[in-house]
Parts: sequence; structure tokens; C-alpha cells
Amino acid sequence: MDLSFVILVEILYAVASLVLISAGLAVVFGMMKVINLAHGEFMMMGGYVTITAVGLGVNVFVAMLVIAPLIVGLIGLVVERLVIRHLYGRLVDTMLATWGLSLVFIGLATMIFGNTTTGISTPIPGFAVGAYQINGYNFFIIVVSVLLVAGMYAVLRGTRGGLIARGTMQRADMAAALGYSPDRIYMATFFCGSALSGLAGAVLAPLVGLVPTSGGAYIAKAFITVIAGGPALIAGLVSSAASFGVVSQIFTFAMSPVIGEVALLVAAVILLRAMPQGITARLFRGKL
Amino acid sequence: MTRTVAREVLLTLVVSALLIWILPMLIGTYTLTVLVIYGMLGLSLGLIWGFGGILCFGQAAFFGLGAYTYAIAAINIGESTLPMLLAVAVPAVFAALLGAMMFYGRLGDVYLGVITLVVTLILFKFVNSTAGPQYAIGNARLGGFNGIPGFQTLNVPGDPGAYIWGDPYFYVCAVALVIVFLLVTWLLRSSFGRVAVGIRENETRMGLMGYDVAARKTVLFAIGAAIAGLAGALFANWAEIVTPNLFSLGQSAEIIIWCIVGGLGTRIGPILGAAGLAYLKFLLGQQSLIDNTLITGLILVLFVLFLPRGLAPAVAALIRAVFGRAGRKPDLRRMRRVRHG
Repeated sequence: MDLSFVILVEILYAVASLVLISAGLAVVFGMMKVINLAHGEFMMMGGYVTITAVGLGVNVFVAMLVIAPLIVGLIGLVVERLVIRHLYGRLVDTMLATWGLSLVFIGLATMIFGNTTTGISTPIPGFAVGAYQINGYNFFIIVVSVLLVAGMYAVLRGTRGGLIARGTMQRADMAAALGYSPDRIYMATFFCGSALSGLAGAVLAPLVGLVPTSGGAYIAKAFITVIAGGPALIAGLVSSAASFGVVSQIFTFAMSPVIGEVALLVAAVILLRAMPQGITARLFRGKL
Repeated sequence: MTRTVAREVLLTLVVSALLIWILPMLIGTYTLTVLVIYGMLGLSLGLIWGFGGILCFGQAAFFGLGAYTYAIAAINIGESTLPMLLAVAVPAVFAALLGAMMFYGRLGDVYLGVITLVVTLILFKFVNSTAGPQYAIGNARLGGFNGIPGFQTLNVPGDPGAYIWGDPYFYVCAVALVIVFLLVTWLLRSSFGRVAVGIRENETRMGLMGYDVAARKTVLFAIGAAIAGLAGALFANWAEIVTPNLFSLGQSAEIIIWCIVGGLGTRIGPILGAAGLAYLKFLLGQQSLIDNTLITGLILVLFVLFLPRGLAPAVAALIRAVFGRAGRKPDLRRMRRVRHG
């Protein structure tokens, strides 16, 4: 009984962290069709912003949930203006340019923070369930990702801004004809995407020691989650995060964490081979 | 036709002979050897990406696979001829299987990139976690992140005691690169190469003309992997150790950067890009003022923004512009669609 509860929490946590890791990329890649290989580095910067802010005496939750998304979003804005906006519609070129950007960010972080592991302690204590110890912070991550998905759904579905953004991503020329500036909407969307990445990096930072190359650990997972999700933004994100999270946790429990990771990647290859357009191209069609 | 081919082969041989003669006077052969090996690795991706339109994010997987195959086989066999052949064959077979899975599944550009990336990651993660003694193939322990040291390095075929190292090893690698370059030239001149370029330009059209697109792409992919595997085996001989870093994303990224900087759709571009950037990295490694990764990244961003076709075509265009009509007319169709399938 206790064990099954622990396993359930672990699986939920795995799904939640996949959602968190991929949310920013779902906006930037899923919506805007910009292959952002610097996504992991945006997360890494979110983590560093949090650690720096906490070091300066800011409350850790304010640092994670407010300051990190804002600052990383602003960095994203600068990147969009300088590089990305010249490359819209050139898929392969955005991929290469953002790969270059990721290297630049890694280099900068190495020069600023050095090549050593830094970290902060988790702000929420663990508790015991029967004979097992559960990390209380895992619950926080589950709550954050549920709120995140709900928030994204509300914004994209319910607000005028979300509608305009979705419309512009589908037909930029039509949006322009209706008097909206695609240039600005792209800019704002990229800001939101980078802010989400920053948030994810910040929230995950207390769990993992941070090094300048930390971003690389996330990028593949984020990409396969978003790509396997397919065209529908939120339904795809949640459904593919759920499938991969369950697969990787089952193999982690049965064998080892490394096998769990490998199982996730293998599952992704098989899934992509079976459904080259992603899950939501076949199931949940027409959902957001 | 045959006369131009003969002239080109002769030109290649003369120029490379001159380079092999002159370069060791400028740069130490130890560094030069690895530049030559990287050049071969760059050529392997340049072939499948520049002429086949297959953007492979996992060329490092085949490089690493070649190196590991060589190391494992060399420990078990204790002689270098068969391991060298295996190091070419194993990545080629692996790539043929992977390629068949992807190309017969009609996966698009981006998905192809992601799958090759993921496969590289799987190999990296797996090899990295094989530190325990239970992970062994024959007498060779995989060694996890420590890698495999102490295997038999290259020897004269048939005489395991006669090692090839130092200056002679540089000449072996350089000659190998020239041979591979000539083979690639021959391949591209053959009807197979012409069809490959046709597929790069317009896959549907070539399919409608009756060519089996998936089969041809798979074969080209495997050939690229074989060259990368050879480069990996040569690298293993040079470094005398193989580590999981051969499979890393950073390594994959670098190969792509070499091709972009050198120029896609040319044979010489990726080689020059690889050797040039690797040498630049070597020089940058001797200073500690600016981080190495930062400069590599900046180069990539600037090239994508301002010189998306790379150095070799840009220089060629410049030469044509300077010398006016003396040169051949630019072959416009050649590069147009390389990057976008």
C-alpha cells in the first residue's frame, strides 16, 4: 500500500517534470516553429538566476516563480530581436543558430559562474509514508506543473491575446491584414516561451546541482516530448509527457535510473516511427 | 568527361601531396594527424548532408561506434587489420538499420534530426553507465566514463609487433583521407551520386521517376557512417584511449558546425572547416581569457546569419567575381535546396 503510493507519486512527479521541462519549448517550437536548441540553456539560466537571487537574500519562492521567468524572458527577448527574427520559416537555420546560442550561453555561464557545481537546498521538507521517505518538493513540482498547464490553457483559450497569438502562428499574413503586427506577436510569444523555460529551470534547480552544461540534460527530453506530442499544443504536451513519464519510471523501478532514461529515449524512437506526426495527429485531433 | 576526371584526380593528388609534404613543417604532426582525422569526419557528414540532404545530428554516434569497435576488437584480437575493417563495417551496418527504419518510415527533416540525436544520446548514456565489470565484450571491459585504454594500436598488417605511430601514422591518416576523398569524388560522379543529388533537390520527383528513394538514402547514410567509423578508428589509434565523450552532443554539434562553416554541397569545404576550426580550438585552448565554447557558438551564429552557405562557396564566388569571366559560370542549382531538403 505504502509502496504503491510512493510509486504513484514518483510517476506523477516524472510526468510533471516532463511537462515542466517541455512547456517552454512547446510554445517556442510547437507554436512558433522555431527549433530552439538553446532551450536547455534558458533553463540553466533560470536556475542560475534563482541561485543568485537567493544568494542576494530574496525569498526563494519569489526568486523561482517571479524573478527567474522575468529575467530569462528578457534574455529571450534580446535573443529574438538579435538572431531569431531573421530566421523565421527557415527551420534548419534556426536549429543551427540556436545551437550556436546554446554554446554561447554555456561559455558565458562558465566565465561568470565557473565550472563548478552550485545549488540551493530544497525549501520544502520531506515526510514519511509508512517505511518510505517522500521528498516534499516533488509535490510542489506536481502542483506547479498542473497550475502551469491550466494557466496555459486559460490564456490560449480564454484571452484575446491567446487567440491573437494562435491566429498569428497559423496565418501571419491574415493577422497582419486584420491590423495586428506579427512581428510584435512573435516577439511576445518568444518572451513567454523563454519565461516558461526560465521558470522550469528555476523550479528544478534545487533538485539538481547546476553546472553551465546542465541544459544538455533537458534538451533531448524536451524535444522528444514536444515532437511526440504533435500539433495540438497542450493535449500533446500532456499526453506525451504522461506516456514517457510512465515508461521511464516503470523501467527505473524495475531496473535502474539509467535504464529508465534509455527506455524513455527508445520509447520515443518507437513512438515517432509509429506516429511520425506525433500523438495528437492521430488521437485527440482538433484539441488545443 | 573522362579527361576532366583524370585532370581532377591528378590535381587532387598533386595538391594533397604538396600539402602532406609542406604542412608538417608548419604544424607538429601529432596535431596535424587529428586535424586530418577530423577532416575525414567532416567529409562524412558533408557527403550525406551536402549531397544527400540528410541532416544527421548523430554523426558522432558513428564516429564513437567506430572508435569503440576498433578498441574492443583490438583488445580481443591483438592485431589491427581486422579491427580496422570491423570499425568501418559495424557503424555502416548500424547506420543501414537505423536509416532503413527512418527512411522507410518517411520521417521528415526535423524528425530525422531528432531521432539521430536521440540515438546518439542513448549510446552516450549507455556507454557512460558501463563502469561495472559485468559490462565486457570478450576481454574488453567497456569501462564506463573512464573509457577503454591500452588497446593494440595500428600495426603493419600481418606483423603485430611493427607499430605505426608518430610521423608515419600521420602519413597513413593523410593518405587514407586522400583515398576517401577520391572515393567520394568517384561516388558523386557515378549515377548513384547524381541520383542522390536529385533526391536532395526534390525527393518526390525522383520517387516518381522510379528511383527507390528510401533505399538510396539508406545506402548513402551507411556510406557516410562507414567513413565516420573509419575516422573513429583512426582517432582511437591517435588518442590511444576511447571515452564516451566521442558520442557526446558536443561532438555532434562540432561536426555540424564544421560543415556549415566550410560550406555544404562541396567536398573540400567540410574538410577545411573541420581542420580549420579544430586548429582554431587548439590555439584557443592555449589561452584562458575567453571561453572556448563561447567562440565556437559565436562562429556558428554568425555563419548562419551572414554566411549561410559557408566559406568554400563564398570564397569560390569571390574568386569568380575578382577574375570575372575567366571562371566557369556559377552552378546555381547546386546549392539552392541543400539546407531545406
